[in-house]
Amino acid sequence: MSYEKQTPSQTVGPFFSYGLTPQQYDYDYSDLATGDLVADGIQGEAINLIGTIYNGDGQELRHAIIESWQADSMGRYAKMGLMETFSGFARVGTGRGEDPRYRIRTVKPGRVDQRQAPHIALTLFSRGLMHHVYTRLYFSDEEEANEKDPLLQRLPAHRRQTLIAKRVEAENVIFYQFDIHMQGNQETVFLEF
Amino acid sequence: MESFTPKDSDSHPPLIHPPYKSSITRSPTEEPIIVPQTITELTGPKFNPSILPEDSYDLTNNSRNSGEPIGERLIVAGRVLDENGVPISGVMVEIWQANSAGKYTDREDQHHAAVDPNFLGAGRTITDEDGWYRFITIRPGAYPWGNHANAWRPHHIHFSILGKNIMTRLVTQMYFEGDPLLPFDPIYNAAPDDARTRLIAAFSLDLTEQGFALGYRWDIVIRGPKATPFED
Ligand SMILES: [Fe+2]
Repeated sequence: MSYEKQTPSQTVGPFFSYGLTPQQYDYDYSDLATGDLVADGIQGEAINLIGTIYNGDGQELRHAIIESWQADSMGRYAKMGLMETFSGFARVGTGRGEDPRYRIRTVKPGRVDQRQAPHIALTLFSRGLMHHVYTRLYFSDEEEANEKDPLLQRLPAHRRQTLIAKRVEAENVIFYQFDIHMQGNQETVFLEF
Repeated sequence: MESFTPKDSDSHPPLIHPPYKSSITRSPTEEPIIVPQTITELTGPKFNPSILPEDSYDLTNNSRNSGEPIGERLIVAGRVLDENGVPISGVMVEIWQANSAGKYTDREDQHHAAVDPNFLGAGRTITDEDGWYRFITIRPGAYPWGNHANAWRPHHIHFSILGKNIMTRLVTQMYFEGDPLLPFDPIYNAAPDDARTRLIAAFSLDLTEQGFALGYRWDIVIRGPKATPFED
């Protein structure tokens, strides 16, 4: 039985930067979360998630914001977020310059249970989006685990690739490229739970 | 494991709402894929109140340079509840808004109106054990935007809610009772007929403080634990 009805979502709008991602956009206000989760003493493989978000016309999305939620390298979720060494929670904007991209520096998460492949949950907000959308990032070098992942298995084969981030190593820095397409033939799979 | 109620499609706007022009190319066209809730979705960031500066809930105080911000002082307060009416404590509530002239601190805001050097327009708080949040702020001005001819956004405050887990995430906007701009706003009106009035804060004499500020009450309802065990 539900007694109360959910409060409707509304768009994050274009002017969130000084409130939600102030340091990244150079405002004099504290951050709740940043795009860098790697502090001294964090165990695991340091990686960089990087990607562009495209609208239905193939244009890069400015005014977008990504939140990521993940386990640490041992597959454990933080119980008290920012009070722990590894919070698992990042928040970044795509910026407003010539190269609107999101960048998150983190560690590669371990497996959180026996069945699921390593993954990172992403939540996306933007001007023009009336409700945030959820997706998941999986890793291209986890082929075997991805094959058996229950969520990936559920997807039509031709759309599965939209959730796999491509590993690229450049000068000892590890990148995972994960672009998001809001629409079109490459439209990213968005999830509901 | 506990499971949570789904997103209630009768309560939320459709993703593509053509009167709001930028929704047309920025929202997915495929239906979302419904997947089971796992530990990933049933967890999320938690915040200890000690991380917030003491005046973080008071937007009339948290960013002063030379004096008080200009405008009508408001107290905006309410409870965060789940669908069973259970108040949720420990919820991170963030707000951001225009100043009294309808101008945002954001450098990209091109509205020709005054910046207030004593008003950043952003604040944070965490709900108490009865689910209450409370902000002190300034009534935000209406502002024009380019969606259609003579388009003005109604007075509003942006809200961001981080609850127990990532499924209870909510970003929304709070409007004011009696605003004549509401019937003309495509963003407000994107919410379904029966649902959109839930976005409106009501004037409250109880929350109003003598000689100080007008009170507005606005409760927020987010997804919560399912009342019956999940069978599948
Ligand atoms: Fe706004």
